[in-house]
Amino acid sequence: MKEIELHSQPDLLHDGEVPSDIRTEEIMLNMGPQHPSTHGVLRVVLQTDGELVLKATPYIGYLHRCAEKIAEKVTYRQFTPYTDRLDYLSAMNNNLGYALAVEKLGGIEVPPRADYLRVIFAELNRIASHLVAIGSYGLDMGAYTPLVYSFREREWIMDLFEAACGARLTCSYITIGGIREDVPEGWVQQCREFLDYFESKIADYNNLLSYNHIFVNRTANVGICPADLAVAYGLTGPCLRGSGVAWDLRKATPYCRYNEFDFDIPVGQGANGTLGDCWDRYFVRVLEMVQSVRIIRQALDKLTEGPVQTKVPRIMKLPAGVVYYEVENPRGQLGFHLVSDGGTSPYRLKIRGPSFCNLSVLPVLAPNCLLADIAALIGSIDVVMGEVDR
Amino acid sequence: MTYIPQRPPVQYKGLSLVIARLATWLGGIVIPLLLQLAWPVFIAAIVVIVAFVWVVGRFINPLLPWIVRDFIVVVGLLAFACIVAIIGIWGERKVAGRIQSRLGPMRTGVWHGWAQSLADGLKFVQKEDLIPREADGPLFRLAPYIALVPAFCAYLALPFGVGWVFRDADVSLLFVLAMLAIEVLGVIMGGWASNSKWSLYGAMREGCQLVSYEIPMGLSLLAAVAATGSVSLVQLGEAQSGGWFSWLIFRNPFLFFAFFTYYVASLASCKRSPFDLPEGESELVAGFHTEYSGFRFVMFFFAEYVAMFAVSALATIIFLGGWHSPVGGPSTPLWFLIKSTFLVWVQMWIRWTLPRIRIDQVMHACVKYLLPFTLLLFLGSSLWQLIDNPTHPVFEGFAHLLHYGLGVIGLLLLGLYFAGMVYGYWNRNRLVGQMARKHLPGA
Repeated sequence: MKEIELHSQPDLLHDGEVPSDIRTEEIMLNMGPQHPSTHGVLRVVLQTDGELVLKATPYIGYLHRCAEKIAEKVTYRQFTPYTDRLDYLSAMNNNLGYALAVEKLGGIEVPPRADYLRVIFAELNRIASHLVAIGSYGLDMGAYTPLVYSFREREWIMDLFEAACGARLTCSYITIGGIREDVPEGWVQQCREFLDYFESKIADYNNLLSYNHIFVNRTANVGICPADLAVAYGLTGPCLRGSGVAWDLRKATPYCRYNEFDFDIPVGQGANGTLGDCWDRYFVRVLEMVQSVRIIRQALDKLTEGPVQTKVPRIMKLPAGVVYYEVENPRGQLGFHLVSDGGTSPYRLKIRGPSFCNLSVLPVLAPNCLLADIAALIGSIDVVMGEVDR
Repeated sequence: MTYIPQRPPVQYKGLSLVIARLATWLGGIVIPLLLQLAWPVFIAAIVVIVAFVWVVGRFINPLLPWIVRDFIVVVGLLAFACIVAIIGIWGERKVAGRIQSRLGPMRTGVWHGWAQSLADGLKFVQKEDLIPREADGPLFRLAPYIALVPAFCAYLALPFGVGWVFRDADVSLLFVLAMLAIEVLGVIMGGWASNSKWSLYGAMREGCQLVSYEIPMGLSLLAAVAATGSVSLVQLGEAQSGGWFSWLIFRNPFLFFAFFTYYVASLASCKRSPFDLPEGESELVAGFHTEYSGFRFVMFFFAEYVAMFAVSALATIIFLGGWHSPVGGPSTPLWFLIKSTFLVWVQMWIRWTLPRIRIDQVMHACVKYLLPFTLLLFLGSSLWQLIDNPTHPVFEGFAHLLHYGLGVIGLLLLGLYFAGMVYGYWNRNRLVGQMARKHLPGA
């Protein structure tokens, strides 16, 4: 509980007994955009008093690529590859969100096999994305080995993606009207083998990192985000569930036949400290991987023969109208606000990036942390800058 | 299903070509040949070294003036320190690779990437010597020497065996500790002179961490000194000549724990994980050597590995019987090297397993736990001396039993380690996972 004292009584650390004739001053520290633990090109300007952080201001925009503006110039189908680049660690989920938004506005039906395959690939990508999050979080804490272990497992998922669609990172596999092509011969068996292999490895991560004494000391009671603060700042995904709010779009508004599957929503318990601390946000991701494995197993069992793609024209026209569709991405709710004027390309496409909203809570949580806790905080929020800046 | 890209052939030119050819020849032909003939080569090397030492000591040494003799020995020690650093860096990368179910360097020099450190060194020498415009030039240039030279100076008083020491001073333990403590000056100097906020943070962390951990480190060693009554490293080593159970670590229960407190404190004083805050990569970019490049960076890097071996050597001499064999037989510097290398290996093992501690936790751990604990150990070990006497009635029964009991605990720990090693090797295919087998040739 030392950290609690530290957070509630910051004056003890920096007022104290400094002789009055010594001039002390605060340091303005520029963290990023090139810094090992800002996960890309995030820039945080820190106001510090020694090791104590008084104020943290994130500056964004270093990875802005005009994705929303580009959408107005390309056709609906041509925009799918651009969604890969939003949150480049979960391309399948981004594809799915965009496809569902367009399908809802166009009233396009998707064959059942495509639905199940979409679920399988989305959940596989969720596992891959959480593996990166967990591994790089270990790296932020100074543990190098979990990163390599998690990338070893992720490699198999990338191989599965490669076998299905030829790409490993930017897949563009889930397209409007279904998926691009059926999975190859023997893919389902490979996927089952991976799940069996992967389930046994989760215990390794827990032994190596989750329950490691030093790791728990570094992350528990750090960056506490209470449930009301999380809701007020629009946090979603593991950041929201880490604060103890059981909100998951796959349960709340099921899409893609998620209502047919049996799974739980893991939430933070405050097991090692206070509810909503960094450790809770981290551990929710570990538990979500277990649930994803459960969902994929059920989806593989339900997989039926049949077509995987509804026929949609190459240059499609959607009826004039407005639609807003959100899906549960690994990092939170990804929303597409699609406005159509009846033409071949969107009139306006507004993307709600979960990382962007999650990052907004950083200046609230950062004050009275130590310098090393900033790395813990950013890592537990798990931002991907491609999605923050779009 | 898997796609393994073919590596494009590397084009070498000029000096690099010569070195690449030499390294390939050494690694591809000479080293496998030596491995084929490992035992004969090993025995022949020992015979040659013994003969060389005998001939030099008997015939050549008396003829040389002392200054030439000292010069030769110091150059030899410097070469030894460099070899320790080079092998240490390569070994660290191999250890990291194996712990992380990958291979580490495998290409440079053909045989398990043995020339990787040499190639890296060559690269660093060729780099531009960059000094930031706003840096304090003279201090910036001076700092790497202040870091490396004292770490090397510690070797001048380290005995590798009886007679295998440059200067057998009466206070050699104090000399070594003092030399290792000076290293912090170079780090603080470098961090300050860089005129970068990250470097300054690293330097300040190093300062407060090192100064704090010097105390438990010294107190742990003081317990051993109190048990033998000498601060000469040669005499400390010679006091443990009776095989496994006469080692100071098994002398009494307080010294048993003093070894571990010393080891933890030495991790902190070498800036090794989990105490690697001064260069904590994810927090401070690279800490105190953020602004250093080229050969100046190499000197900081070398200093770390040289100091790593020095503190392990100190632990070996003082607690683990130094150059004495655990099971009888001749006492040679070879035993000293084996034990020290094992301790260095444990440092690497810890680094690639544990996360980093936060700065307030580092200071809490030292001031609240380690310092009182080592004080207690020192007190207890000193009191133990009162009854540690074969004629004392207590010693016959209880103390004698405890003495051997500690030895058995040590044996068990070592046995556990070797059992784990054998288990890991036996099940390497299952433990390392299918992915490593599929993607890594030779795994």
